[in-house]
Amino acid sequence: MNRIILKKQLSDDVFMMKIAAPHIAEERKPGQFVILQLDTDFGERIPLTIADADAEEGSVTIIYQAVGNTTHRLSKLNEGDRIQNLLGPLGQPTHIEKFGSVVCVGGGIGVAPLHPIAKALKQAGNHVTVIIGARNKDLIILEEEMKTIADELIICTDDGSKGRKDLVTAPLKELCEKNPKPNLAVAIGPPIMMKFAALTTKPYGVHTVVSLNTIMVDGTGMCGGCRVTVGGQTKFVCVDGPEFDGHLVDFDNMMLRLGSYKAKEEEDHHKCHLDLQIEQLQKNS
Amino acid sequence: MHISAEELKKNAQLILSEIKDKSLSNKERTAIPLQEMPAQDPKIRINNMEEVAQGYSREQALVESRRCLQCASAPCVEGCPVQINIPGFIKAIEEENFEKSIGVIKEASLLPSICGRVCPQESQCQEKCTVGKIFKDPNKSVSIGRLERFVADWEASEAKRSIPEIKPSTGKKVAVIGSGPAGITAAADIAKEGHEVVVFEAFHKPGGVMIYGIPEFRLPKKIVEDEIETLKKMNVTIKQNFLVGRSRTLKDLLEKDGFSAVFIGTGAGLPKFMGIEGENLVGVFSANEYLTRSNLMKAYKKDTAATPIYPSKKVMVFGGGNVAMDAARTAIRLGAEEVSIVYRRTEAEMPARIEEVAHAKEEGIKFRLLENASKIIGDEKGRVKAVELVTFELGEPDASGRRRPVQVKGSEHVVEADTVIVAIGNESNPLIKQTTQELEVNKYGNIIVDENCKTSMDRVYAGGDIVLGAATVILAMGEGRKAAAAINKLL
Repeated sequence: MNRIILKKQLSDDVFMMKIAAPHIAEERKPGQFVILQLDTDFGERIPLTIADADAEEGSVTIIYQAVGNTTHRLSKLNEGDRIQNLLGPLGQPTHIEKFGSVVCVGGGIGVAPLHPIAKALKQAGNHVTVIIGARNKDLIILEEEMKTIADELIICTDDGSKGRKDLVTAPLKELCEKNPKPNLAVAIGPPIMMKFAALTTKPYGVHTVVSLNTIMVDGTGMCGGCRVTVGGQTKFVCVDGPEFDGHLVDFDNMMLRLGSYKAKEEEDHHKCHLDLQIEQLQKNS
Repeated sequence: MHISAEELKKNAQLILSEIKDKSLSNKERTAIPLQEMPAQDPKIRINNMEEVAQGYSREQALVESRRCLQCASAPCVEGCPVQINIPGFIKAIEEENFEKSIGVIKEASLLPSICGRVCPQESQCQEKCTVGKIFKDPNKSVSIGRLERFVADWEASEAKRSIPEIKPSTGKKVAVIGSGPAGITAAADIAKEGHEVVVFEAFHKPGGVMIYGIPEFRLPKKIVEDEIETLKKMNVTIKQNFLVGRSRTLKDLLEKDGFSAVFIGTGAGLPKFMGIEGENLVGVFSANEYLTRSNLMKAYKKDTAATPIYPSKKVMVFGGGNVAMDAARTAIRLGAEEVSIVYRRTEAEMPARIEEVAHAKEEGIKFRLLENASKIIGDEKGRVKAVELVTFELGEPDASGRRRPVQVKGSEHVVEADTVIVAIGNESNPLIKQTTQELEVNKYGNIIVDENCKTSMDRVYAGGDIVLGAATVILAMGEGRKAAAAINKLL
């Protein structure tokens, strides 16, 4: 169980892994996530959204960026290696129905969790517009996959190396100004992107769903580490979410909470990079 | 003042040499001094995670056992949630037949090494003890819990642990959800009847609250792991990383996966918060989270564990139960300079075990009684920098008979703190209910069961905190046992 059956490096520090997990593959629905731990005694538990799943093959796909202790270590594992602990599927599935026209906004690796949702919304008969945003063309993921789903695909890069030189909020605003405006927006990406996507759609009254990825320990409602303020109320991302009404989420508080352990994370990150550099030096010599 | 284990043992030896071969009258028995629990020196233990209470020496156990009057009416047994034959096991200690003693306990309780450590004896067996009544002080009762622990530890150290006899296989399969005290007990009792048992655990390690919640310094994890090992030797399968409700629905277990019955022992779920301003600031934690990071995720081993724990200097813990004590004592061990427990009633009303309160005080934890938080104040980076407290006084008794704390008007005052830990209990986890419509729950979300722990669904039983709300290890164990009996009867 939990064997890595496929590993692909999508960009500098973004990886895709297909993991054998028949139970999760069978039960999971779009919008749900897993909790992964690499070492039973001393590993940390991190939530990762399920990017795709194949019930027949019994596999789930995750896409992640090597930014923290665990994701760095994960990126060093190879096909055939086992992930010690994998729990899921967790969280409430996305509410899928025929809304009419839907705009799906994905930023960075947020495109990964967005993919199954866009797919399900398309299958439910919606007209789906996908906006993908990335810093540059090398960081765009799942473009081909999205192309096959989307009725319209808009790509934005910060440096203009591909598609529009714009933030995702620019085309989003244009769509909201159109008549008819979208019936629903789904925005998944870095918190700052989701915050501004929600701010963009709000004046137009376009209901906007965001998917939050907060710090978690158990992922089953027991610890409360993932709590966010939504419409003035405390919600647990793991059991009440991960999706919420983007117009009600207090993103500023969420971003501060995400930085709770910044000091240790930076130290770990630094260590990981040193490790990588040492490895590189050893290879060269 | 701290008395070392050696000194306590020496004192016991002296007493023992005088009384050992005498037939003692009740008067002589009550005159025997109560044997204190040997403990690590507070100055040393605040720098380690090792167990604080070290357990009676053989001599101390033999002396303490002689304080028991062997009352014919045995009021202590009434106070025990699982009705252990307390005078019986204590008599066997007096006779130095420890094997017999542990046998007597195990007739009623599966986890004596755990209950001997974490049971609130002063509000159970020891509250009813005649010796305590004579002194009009339950703290002077026979130390039943310490004696229980002594024989359980004796059994473990002598490697006398036997695997209970298992009846021939019935070919029937039972699912147990949750591997805490209720689940472990139910699993063992069902397995003994020859049924196949699969225990589903969401975490990566089994043991429930005994692994993630109760710290090493109060309940060494090795003890819990040994209990789990025994369970495995009884052919019980433990499936970690499996969240019933999400990984598989309860109905699917019954209808598709061939389980004949299900026991739900998922425990208390969602941590309660105080509902005040500033509660989602950085530096505010539920005790569940704080303790899980330290215990289960081993964050106290800062160099080896990947899981971080918040670096704290001034910690305020809200609540007066064992969990509050555990959190405060963990914080001090992790290097906090000042740790306070804030409780809105007085020490007399604190639900924590007396021993934990005493240990916390010895370790330098400050007690702010008759106070509570009204607001948590953050700095410009959204981190906790202070807490606004209000003062209370005790008013008229409420429905529970405890005097109701009443807020003193205009008593707001601000106290510096960088970490707030909330330990005011749990609400029930909604997950199983959300994914199992047929299951009836009360307004608090606790599963409704009959006197045999049967739920509103056929073949589905429940027990422990998911039924009782927040309770104790021993009550959960009692419920697991009751449910197992009902399941065994059903099959």
